[in-house]
Amino acid sequence: MSKQITAWLQAAPMAFVLLGFLVAPIIMIAIVSFWGATEYSIYPTFQLDNYEFLFSSPVTYTVFLNTFKYTAITWIITLLIGFSVAYFLAFEVRSLKWQIGLFLLCTIPFWTSNIIRMISWIPFLGRNGLANSALISMGVIDEPLEWLLFSDFSVILAFVHLYTLFMVVPIFNSMMRIDRSLIEAARDNGASGWQTLRHVIMPLCKPGVMIGTIFVTTLVMGDFITVRFMSGSQRANVGRLISNDISLLQYPSASATAVVLLCTVLIVIALLLRLVDIRKEL
Amino acid sequence: MTINTDLELIALTKRYGGTVAVDAIAHHFKTGVYACLLGPSGCGKSSTLRMIAGHESVSDGSVVLGGRDISHLAPAKRGTAMMFQNYALFPHLSVRDNVAFSLRMAGEDKPTRDKRAMEMLELVEMTALADRIPDQLSGGQQQRVALARALITRPQVLLLDEPLSALDPFLRIRMRAELKRLQRELGISFIHVTHGQDEALALADEIIVMNNAKIEQAGPAREVFNSPKTAFVARFMGGHNVLQMPQGHIALRSDQMRITDAQTGRMEGQVTAIEYQGAHVALTAQVAGGQEITALLPDAQFFDNPSEPGQTIGIDWEDRVAHPVLA
Repeated sequence: MSKQITAWLQAAPMAFVLLGFLVAPIIMIAIVSFWGATEYSIYPTFQLDNYEFLFSSPVTYTVFLNTFKYTAITWIITLLIGFSVAYFLAFEVRSLKWQIGLFLLCTIPFWTSNIIRMISWIPFLGRNGLANSALISMGVIDEPLEWLLFSDFSVILAFVHLYTLFMVVPIFNSMMRIDRSLIEAARDNGASGWQTLRHVIMPLCKPGVMIGTIFVTTLVMGDFITVRFMSGSQRANVGRLISNDISLLQYPSASATAVVLLCTVLIVIALLLRLVDIRKEL
Repeated sequence: MTINTDLELIALTKRYGGTVAVDAIAHHFKTGVYACLLGPSGCGKSSTLRMIAGHESVSDGSVVLGGRDISHLAPAKRGTAMMFQNYALFPHLSVRDNVAFSLRMAGEDKPTRDKRAMEMLELVEMTALADRIPDQLSGGQQQRVALARALITRPQVLLLDEPLSALDPFLRIRMRAELKRLQRELGISFIHVTHGQDEALALADEIIVMNNAKIEQAGPAREVFNSPKTAFVARFMGGHNVLQMPQGHIALRSDQMRITDAQTGRMEGQVTAIEYQGAHVALTAQVAGGQEITALLPDAQFFDNPSEPGQTIGIDWEDRVAHPVLA
């Protein structure tokens, strides 16, 4: 009995933190999403107007579609880069010292803020930026490329830059857990390098890929600042929809969009978890 | 006439930077032999096996199988198969797919693969568990699967890296009988690395004792046990006393020692320990010069005339049991 009380007490601090800073705000958002709003005030009530408006507006669907597009493209690119980098670190770099060193090198960009890393692309990609002037002076192009900045390209480039490490870390972790004698056993059974990769390493990395996928998906789907800066406010995703509402003090409408986004992300994660059991990785 | 699948090691050497792990060893394994590479850890036995398998590059010398130099071939092209110490079963594949892995890599179609895999599983009596994954198997069952996976490639030589070390003692004895049975049935050579002399004696037609990167002695199990050439082999094989005598070192089998009254034996000693071992009693005595002698006495013989620690006794042996050994 007293043992049980101790266990509850030990869990309590974390439970209170989660209750206060995670559960309560979400409940608050859910409640406010049913409130009403005029141009100058919001008032507590229970109505479905916000959701009705949201689901009847074609803008919602376009913006959600755009969010999925960013997520999918970013996911594919971060997965390819993340898997390759993790593979290099885990299997090509032999000494632990180098592995740790190179791994830390990967984290160096995280020493500055997200926004600074994002903004530093702007002078590079701009009309008269480094990329364009270099390409022109090399004679590859005659006129500056317009799509380098303030486009889907620059948005996705920034996403990939910001979030690839979230893919590298869990995949690297999965790979480091692979018993090296499995690789030898595959070779002993006549598997080529590619076959070992395809039939042994890739299946065993699935949990890591899945964790990385969840990171990247939730980060990209919930983002608003990257899209705003890197598209020069010319592209929209759900996060921007919410932030626009908030800046217009339309809290009920913003809450409704947030609830829909939250449900969408949860559905996506639920689908991913059905594909791979990540519990054994944790 | 059978096909020649003799395996020859010629001045085989492995160097890691400045250290020599295997120092120019030479040995000839005859077709169909059960050979044990025996030695303490770090003696180079595992490196030797891994060089034969192709998982470790050969620094110098060569490995010749059936007259063909295989020193630089890929592991799967050598005609050898390896069974790993921890079995190295693929955790994401079923037992059947584990066994069929090499066929899948070779591009066999699924019905053929499954049929051959089931044949192999039958050989190791594991057909009932073909759909399980390795995590759901006991250590002994995993070992059977690992054996089937190695044998499906139809190797001429099967290499076993401490195959029994992960098992509990009871299962170890059962699995070693199983290994011997399989080897006899298949008629291929088994090369088995172990640090357990009892395991080597029980299994091997031929024992190769290694120490400090070199082969200390090689020969039939009985010969290695009965007439060790060096003090190291005598001590490592166990069951021997190694005594320093004026004319050099001699090895004496503990079970050939006789206990007599003080003064009537060749040597006089003081009993330091008595250990009851069931069928035998191990009596340890300290003789002149601080050397220890262990005598393994049948229990009836000991209890007819028991001695106590601290008692002075005589120790005797027949001339024919004393083997001169190199230090």
